[in-house]
Amino acid sequence: MRHIWFLAWQSIRFNRLQSAILIIGLAVPLYLPLAVNGLVNRYQAGLLQRALSTPLVAGGLGSRFDLVLHTLYFRGNVPRLLRMADVEAIRATGYAAPIPLYVRYTARHAPIVGTTLDYFAFRGLRLARGEQLLELGDCVLGGEVAVSLKLAPGDRLMTDPENVFDIAGSYPVKLRVMGVLEPSGTPDDRAVFVDIKTAWLVEGLAHGHSDITATNTDGSVVLNRDATNVTANAALLEFTEVTPQNIASFHFHGDPDQFPISAVIPVPKDERSATLLRGRYQGPESSVQILVARSVVEELMGLVFRIKRFFDANAALVGVATGLFLLLVVLLSVRLRRPEMETLFRLGCARGLIAKLVATELFAIGGVSFVLALIGAQATTSLVSLW
Amino acid sequence: MIAIEQVSFHYPRSTFTLRVPGLRVGEGEKVALVGPSGSGKTTLLHLIAGILLPDTGNIAVGEARPHQLDDAQRRAFRIAMLGLVFQDFQLLETLDVLENILLPYRINPALSLTGEVRERARQLARETGLEPRLRHRPGRLSQGEKQRTALCRALITQPRYLLADEPTGNLDPHSKTRVLDLLFEQCARAKATLLMVTHDVGLLNRFDRAINLGELQP
Repeated sequence: MRHIWFLAWQSIRFNRLQSAILIIGLAVPLYLPLAVNGLVNRYQAGLLQRALSTPLVAGGLGSRFDLVLHTLYFRGNVPRLLRMADVEAIRATGYAAPIPLYVRYTARHAPIVGTTLDYFAFRGLRLARGEQLLELGDCVLGGEVAVSLKLAPGDRLMTDPENVFDIAGSYPVKLRVMGVLEPSGTPDDRAVFVDIKTAWLVEGLAHGHSDITATNTDGSVVLNRDATNVTANAALLEFTEVTPQNIASFHFHGDPDQFPISAVIPVPKDERSATLLRGRYQGPESSVQILVARSVVEELMGLVFRIKRFFDANAALVGVATGLFLLLVVLLSVRLRRPEMETLFRLGCARGLIAKLVATELFAIGGVSFVLALIGAQATTSLVSLW
Repeated sequence: MIAIEQVSFHYPRSTFTLRVPGLRVGEGEKVALVGPSGSGKTTLLHLIAGILLPDTGNIAVGEARPHQLDDAQRRAFRIAMLGLVFQDFQLLETLDVLENILLPYRINPALSLTGEVRERARQLARETGLEPRLRHRPGRLSQGEKQRTALCRALITQPRYLLADEPTGNLDPHSKTRVLDLLFEQCARAKATLLMVTHDVGLLNRFDRAINLGELQP
């Protein structure tokens, strides 16, 4: 067998250009299904892992896919917002500890996740540098965000305006970077975390400005002053950054129980509590839906796999076409190499051994093609995952 | 000894039939096989080598009857007894000179490629002036060098019978003499029997005798 490999290698080396073309011609149709398979498997593993670590997801009625993708991956918007009172209602059942999420705004295109410190404990997120959220206006960055935006504790990060053409909308807020999280290989790496109150501040539900109730206020900003009320005009500047000097001036307007949240992660005490909690919210009158994240993700993956089947069928057809081309190449090659094979036979080589020699060459070319396709698919999967 | 009796052979879909009533080549003899083109000289060599099988008659090479052997036995016979030099060299373009010489050892599981065999290949290359070309592929060799490589390949297994099909046909006079000298020298050294097809009547006086195949046929 050693000699067969040697002769096959000599032939491949001598016909290096033809061999290289054949290898590439085989590697490409092998690469595509391998890469698609690798990507789908990686996505599936990633999606399921996140879903498994998030037993329940609660949100407003509407698309369960939107709700789960929003809660687990901070992607897209939920069809309906919840109120903070809904969080308290879940807590009041005694079955679960609810973690509110408000994900609507972005800071330099990274989603801002308004939540509580419980979220960090629930996900097992640890700080790599800096400190946790302490005050209004603080933020903690996911590992990838810190790297891509080149930010470190002590830096400032401006939120993105929701709509640059809406002058009545919320103003961007300059957040103070308090800490950077250790990479976790999850969507948390690509998020900016703030306290839920800071998320409402970004929304414009809270603001800070100079005290116009003081008697020494600049008169040009006061429209009307009476015993119980002071009305200011548009010249009154709102602070865009929470600082130790102005933090006391920040205040909320309205009832915090009515403030919006986009989703809740109820962390049940046990499986029984999870079932009871879901039962509590299953009635037709309920305005909150509680979902088992894993079931929804599996359903979603089912859709993905249905699409993947088309890719697989396509790959199979390409494979058949490639196989036929390969057969043609082999037949032509055998015809071209007939004198060489005749020489081998005349010198005493068995016809079976000659066939084995050709098969070994094909096997080597096929093997190299497969390895190349595999390396390419692995590299693609890794690159796409990084991206 | 090579002995042929009442042999006939015809190719499928061909009108030509080779008929050899009798032919004998003694052990150690150097015999030239001559005859007009198309008289069946190459076919006769292939029949003796067991590459082709006769329709009728008997062929004996030493104690072996190649036409009575099965395929595997015929291959074993060729490997063990014969050295073949073809008209058009039939070197493998993918291998260098040294590997072409060693080729019989790479394609025959019955032969073992040892250090001694490699040394013998180098020795043959030295004797034939091919040593500086050992790592060159056939594409870079002259006609004479190719023929010498083919000759070394035939001799590497130290055969008892050397069947050469116009080994000097494509060579210039100088190379022709050199190849022939080498062939005779190697046959004398190995006490091998040589049966060589040639068209060159000028070479016939160097052989023990010449057989005209055209005259043999009825």
